[in-house]
Amino acid sequence: MSDYKIIVENVSAGYNSNIVLRNINLKIPQRKITAIMGPSGSGKSTFLRILNRLHELTPGAWVKGRVILDGIDIYDRKVNPTLIRKKIGMVFQKPNPFPMMSIYDNVAIGLKLNGIKDKKTLDEIVRRSLEIVGLWDEVKGDLHRPGTMLSGGQQQRLCIARALAVNPEVILMDEPTSSLDPISSMTIESLVKKLAEDRTIVIVTHNVQQAIRLADYVAFFYLGELIEHGPAVEVFTNPKHELTLKFVKGAIG
Amino acid sequence: MFGDKIFKYTTAFFAFFIVISFLMLIYELYKGSYLAISKFGLSFIKNTVWDPVNGVFGALPLIIGTIVVSLLSLLFSLPISIGVALVLVLYLPRKISRGLAVLIETMAGVPSVIYGLWGLYVLAPFLRENVYSVLQSMFGFIPLFSGPNYGIGFLTGSMVLALMITPIITAVTKDLLLAVPTSIKEAAVSLGPKKKELALIMIKYIKPGLFAASLLGLGRAIGETMAISMVIGNKFKLFPSSLFDTWYTLSAIIANEFLEATYDLYISSLVYIGLLLLAVTLAVIIIARIIIWRFSKVRGEI
Amino acid sequence: MQLNKVLKKKILIDKAFTIILICAMIIYLVPIISIIYETVSRGLPALNLDFFTKPIPTAGEEGGGIANAIQGTVISIALASLIGIPVGILSGIFLSEYRELKITSFIRFINEVFHGIPSIIIGLFSFVLISKRIGFSVLAASFSLALIMIPIVTIVTQESLKMVPATIREAAFSLGIPKWKTTIFIVLRGAWQGIVTGILLSIGRIIGESAPILVTMGFYRWWFSGLDRPVSNMALNIFIFAMSPFQNWVRLAWGTALVLLVLVLLLNIIPRLMMLRREVRYE
Ligand SMILES: Nc1ncnc2c1ncn2[C@@H]1O[C@H](COP(=O)(O)OP(=O)(O)OP(=O)(O)O)[C@@H](O)[C@H]1O
Ligand SMILES: [Mg+2]
Repeated sequence: MSDYKIIVENVSAGYNSNIVLRNINLKIPQRKITAIMGPSGSGKSTFLRILNRLHELTPGAWVKGRVILDGIDIYDRKVNPTLIRKKIGMVFQKPNPFPMMSIYDNVAIGLKLNGIKDKKTLDEIVRRSLEIVGLWDEVKGDLHRPGTMLSGGQQQRLCIARALAVNPEVILMDEPTSSLDPISSMTIESLVKKLAEDRTIVIVTHNVQQAIRLADYVAFFYLGELIEHGPAVEVFTNPKHELTLKFVKGAIG
Repeated sequence: MFGDKIFKYTTAFFAFFIVISFLMLIYELYKGSYLAISKFGLSFIKNTVWDPVNGVFGALPLIIGTIVVSLLSLLFSLPISIGVALVLVLYLPRKISRGLAVLIETMAGVPSVIYGLWGLYVLAPFLRENVYSVLQSMFGFIPLFSGPNYGIGFLTGSMVLALMITPIITAVTKDLLLAVPTSIKEAAVSLGPKKKELALIMIKYIKPGLFAASLLGLGRAIGETMAISMVIGNKFKLFPSSLFDTWYTLSAIIANEFLEATYDLYISSLVYIGLLLLAVTLAVIIIARIIIWRFSKVRGEI
Repeated sequence: MQLNKVLKKKILIDKAFTIILICAMIIYLVPIISIIYETVSRGLPALNLDFFTKPIPTAGEEGGGIANAIQGTVISIALASLIGIPVGILSGIFLSEYRELKITSFIRFINEVFHGIPSIIIGLFSFVLISKRIGFSVLAASFSLALIMIPIVTIVTQESLKMVPATIREAAFSLGIPKWKTTIFIVLRGAWQGIVTGILLSIGRIIGESAPILVTMGFYRWWFSGLDRPVSNMALNIFIFAMSPFQNWVRLAWGTALVLLVLVLLLNIIPRLMMLRREVRYE
């Protein structure tokens, strides 16, 4: 069994004639937190969305190269992106619970639409997912109320629970705390740490402090290029590249 | 993957249903009017006789009637619509303006037969007793104001149509006014703090959109059927003899004679009229749509 | 001194301008209020139990009601909705969810144009296509009403779906839910209010349509007796009754007008209030 969950090989990507990522090579370790850092517009979100084939849904988007998940190139023509996405959950910058849908259904819908009908199983998974994100005690009496009624931090945790319910092996997070208040952010961060115990996490962050707090590995992007990557200790204590140093010290970004 | 394909092609099929219906509509109207087309050809458009008894049909008076009546209704409606839109946008507090806007938009949804009923039983008698008769007693020596006064007629018809298209033109004008950029409005304010200047500059700015709005209103007026048929008097003539005279339009003749049409050529001629009506309204709508589309594109680029 | 005069003149012009605008408002509002007032005051006396329960009287006969017209109108609208709502929703889905395809802007344009075609012409189309083959019938009438509904439901569905943020779809995809399930069970659900609004508006529109009814099934005053036969219709009855010389029919015309006016106002105002409330919530 390889230590790497995802291996990105020679990936370039963009929108129409625009090149946004150039020849990226990166190995994402199993059951660790990999933080993707870089200034605005450096291609972090694009990179993340390539890993679960969301990128290609944007009109005009293109991608080249290979992304290998558990030994399978997910861009192989025979591969069904829907099945890939089942293995890779995603959490977005802004909490986005499904509208007009109860808290319960928000968590259960992924299972329901994937064919799981048994009420007991559903109840059980909903409960466990909400427990992991620490929401169960807060909402257990309000499961039928719309998910959009919750506070921003609660909504984001609901979205994480929703992703957890289908039991993904990888969770991608695109600046999951940037729209939240500091306390909610901290709650999410400790949750991320907990999730990494048996899942692979790739988290995009603008916030150097957050990367320092969370990351096992760090990849630093700048203008579409992967400037530097490696264990967090090395990148933060002894960056090899001047741009990385500047970014870590807060001089750019 | 498979489900997605089915889904895509199913929804596409129904979207194409609209396109297919549109093409079939043109074809079926042509087919329905084939008898009249083969008998009268294009001279149907310039013939001035409508004689069901002898099977002779021509549409010129109806075409003129339609043009005059719809232009008149636009003439009545446009200034009122602009005025109402300006009041809504510039003069009234937001809450009242919103409520009023809902009322006006709702009036666009009131069935045309209700406008017709009101035109026939309320407006026409009122105009006959209190307006037309007074005008006749004052200006009766001018041919334009002489002749019989029934209350119903093409002038009354134009007024009812004007009422019906005002909500449409007002709604578009209001939206255009609300979309005028602040920079333009500020330029107006710098000329002096008067609402009049502001209003005039905004109107000038939205002129192309206003033109399109007028065309939309015109298209609606041309196609409007039941109300006009109820108040125009339904008399086939090349020109009315006075302002108060009865007349006919393309749509009115269909409504008024369709159920009486007893033989194929008669029916076919009425469908032919529908075909002409379609051609005119399509031209008007398409021009209006293109103008709106270009207007929004130009504005979007700035 | 001179300056003062100029200023005064300017203020005067401004006032005159305001007055002209207010006049425009009044010129429009007076007839509108008159329409509502006259319909209510002339329609109300016609409304009694007989009006809703008795069939349409023959020309010149006293009494009677519009019961079979109510039945016929309900049947026509139900049939039209049966075609119009699914077709409109599905095509709206295509235009919104596959908007990256070039063909959609063409279809959207045709749809807008179709929306603007006068209803009498839609009626004539249905007449040539259906009534000419099977005779004046509720089928032909409902088909024409459906064609009037479809562009409205399509446009509203498309706009409502577009309001659902892209990240909602992406969140569903990243749960491994295929696009078709995402659209039907998640996106459509989020857009449901807007779509219902559009459906109510389109029903409000066809409930008052009389021109297409006239040319597809004509006037009829009996009960429903088969899809290939005509039914009675409230809106068309107003036209027929109003143009007749019979007092009793004219009375029924006003009564019917009042009922339709109330229905149309409700069908127009309820969805607008729903939309207002939604806006407030999004703000
Ligand atoms: N849908 C799109 N169409 C065209 N260009 C896009 C699109 N999305 C992103 N881009 C471009 O791709 C580049 C990278 O964008 P991306 O969102 O990946 O950056 P990012 O690092 O996530 O930035 P941020 O920190 O602001 O989220 C930017 O220059 C952006 O303008
Ligand atoms: Mg980003």
